[in-house]
Amino acid sequence: MENVLTVDGVCKNYGKFTALNNVSLSVPKGSVFGLLGPNGAGKTSLIRIINQITLPDSGFVLLDGEPLQKHHIQNIGYLPEERGLYKSMKVGEQALYLAQLKGMSYADAKKKLKYWFEKFGISDWWNKKIQELSKGMAQKVQFIVTVMHNPKLLIFDEPFSGFDPVNANLIKDEILQLRDEGATIIFSTHRMESVEELCDYIALIDKSNKILDGKLIEIKQQFKTNRFEVGVSCANEQALLTEIKTNFIAEKVKPVAYNENLRLLVNLKKEETSKHLIKFLNNKAQITHFTEVIPSVNDIFLKAVANNE
Amino acid sequence: MSKLKLIIKREFLAKVKNKSFIILTILSPMLMVGLMMLIIFLNDKNSEKIKTIAFVDESTLLASAFIDEETTKYIDLTALGLQEAKLKTAAFYNGLVYIPKNNNLQNLSKGIRYYSADMPSIHVVDNIESILEKKISDLKIAKLLVDVEKIKAAETTVEIDAENFSGVKSSKMGSILRMIAGGGFGYLIFMFIIIYGTSVMRSVIEEKTSRIIEVIISSVKPFQLMLGKILGNALAGILQFVIWMILAGLLLFIITAVFSVDTAGSESAIGQINPEMIRQVNESATSNLQLILQEIKNLPILTMCFSFIFYFLGGYLIYSSIYAAIGAAVDSETDTQQFMMPVLMPLVIAIYVGFSVIENPHGPIALGFSLFPLTSPIVMLMRIPFGVPWWQIAVSMFLLIISFIGIVWFAAKIYRVGILMYGKKPSYKELYKWLKY
Repeated sequence: MENVLTVDGVCKNYGKFTALNNVSLSVPKGSVFGLLGPNGAGKTSLIRIINQITLPDSGFVLLDGEPLQKHHIQNIGYLPEERGLYKSMKVGEQALYLAQLKGMSYADAKKKLKYWFEKFGISDWWNKKIQELSKGMAQKVQFIVTVMHNPKLLIFDEPFSGFDPVNANLIKDEILQLRDEGATIIFSTHRMESVEELCDYIALIDKSNKILDGKLIEIKQQFKTNRFEVGVSCANEQALLTEIKTNFIAEKVKPVAYNENLRLLVNLKKEETSKHLIKFLNNKAQITHFTEVIPSVNDIFLKAVANNE
Repeated sequence: MSKLKLIIKREFLAKVKNKSFIILTILSPMLMVGLMMLIIFLNDKNSEKIKTIAFVDESTLLASAFIDEETTKYIDLTALGLQEAKLKTAAFYNGLVYIPKNNNLQNLSKGIRYYSADMPSIHVVDNIESILEKKISDLKIAKLLVDVEKIKAAETTVEIDAENFSGVKSSKMGSILRMIAGGGFGYLIFMFIIIYGTSVMRSVIEEKTSRIIEVIISSVKPFQLMLGKILGNALAGILQFVIWMILAGLLLFIITAVFSVDTAGSESAIGQINPEMIRQVNESATSNLQLILQEIKNLPILTMCFSFIFYFLGGYLIYSSIYAAIGAAVDSETDTQQFMMPVLMPLVIAIYVGFSVIENPHGPIALGFSLFPLTSPIVMLMRIPFGVPWWQIAVSMFLLIISFIGIVWFAAKIYRVGILMYGKKPSYKELYKWLKY
């Protein structure tokens, strides 16, 4: 698949501190790409390099196959984590100004803004000052400002902070719609459940190094631990538990379904498959529940970071 | 429209639309004029109050010298004797002049006293002294059997009209005007640099605290933003200056048209000139006014206005880029203090040096400080009304431009790093490190 963004061997030092150490990534076109990492890992440094706010010490970044140039600014929409607007400037005036800074003409900007303001039902805010709006309202304006120039690449750093669940959902749908319309989205957040929900690809940066990247499904494959969750219904659960524990590594958890009296998390050995377990259980009890435990992004994150220690 | 233009436009409008700008621009000249009028008015009121001064002349020789004046009446209390006269004066009059009994004309001037409830003003004492001096000299001359009238006829006043080699006339009044003009312009630049420099700094801090900075610099280069901000504010400053000059011109026109005589009279009353001169001035009020107007015309006004704009821009660009760097380095205005001192220092020194320079505009100190780029905008501007050789202006402007480029480069580096740093107040050492990022 074609890559919108290629980061190759990027290093960045601030004095003696290394913010990025030989980081390479590829962001496929039309994907939602999760850029993850603990605080201070170097995500923001990387995003700033992509936005040409700072330059890498070495390595290069390609956008659509071309080395980053000034005019690429209008192909990128960036919603920084540290964001804000001029407090004493009127909403419309400010949005027009920021749109023109992105290279839009006055007329285009005005048309586009009208579209977005109507879409969000906030047309009557045009002449209000930002300081008269609530934080959530200002965030909506900020979102519009980020996307209004139809960029190919959108970078969202914690896009949902400051939104209530209703509006967070609205923004999420907008992001997905933009993706469907052809934009590629880089998404940096600490909310793992939204990564799970939105991202096709992820990259994990820790201590200035990229420690993991790829398709989310494949990474999950990589991180699965041959662990299964089973529920059974049987006559003597105590006897069964002892028997299972002699054959497998298992731990008991609270039964969930009404028709089961034993629920277990079972870790299989490398050479074993689910067949072994099913076969074993089928002879002794009635299986009510059987799933493979897929690691969550949260688990992967914690594990990868712990391994990097 | 180019991005720099957009930024300049926004910064300019943000500044000009601000209420405080409008108030400062329109109201402050009116306030100034109002204040001046008030001073003139109070001064007039004060001197209009008629004083009554009593005298006891035991010598009987000097009583005839006390002739009632416009603002002072004299009452002869010689008949009451000193003790009685003192009591009466304390109750009814402003002061009492006591001239002891004395037959010898040579000693007549000795032992004369002035009694009053409070400390008399120098003005009053001077006036009485000059009255008595004149009378005693007249008496002495009369004793020599010379006709006083003839002597008076022989007295001459000399007023020297100074003129430089290119034919520009100047006078004492002209020098005073030059001092006022030079000092005023220098002080104006000082004020403008501080006001607009701080305004640039505030605007940088605002962008940092409102966290819009990262949104903007993902669209434009930090240097563009800094430059746009500085230029936008400079335009607002020039606009303010032009408005002030136009208002000043209008006011000058109105004053000369309507209050011509009054102003001339009161203006010399403000200057500390002795009463003798006041009388003269009052007599020749109209011609004096013409003299002042002539002197104002003689000032190199165009050169002054252009050099004001040049030095304002030069000085302002240097200082405001430093201010911008400071604003970028800190998180809030309260953190700026440690960096402000070294910035304000040369400005304050320039003002102090400048005010001594206008007394000796062509000395070595004047020359040195008007070439040094951190002080030249103020000091050179104060010298210009007195006429400065063109090569000095050229050197000073050249140095200003060179250092402006250097300082802006240096400030831009700090600015670029500083705007993205949150949360901690940097030390000078850290600022130095930023230069190398």
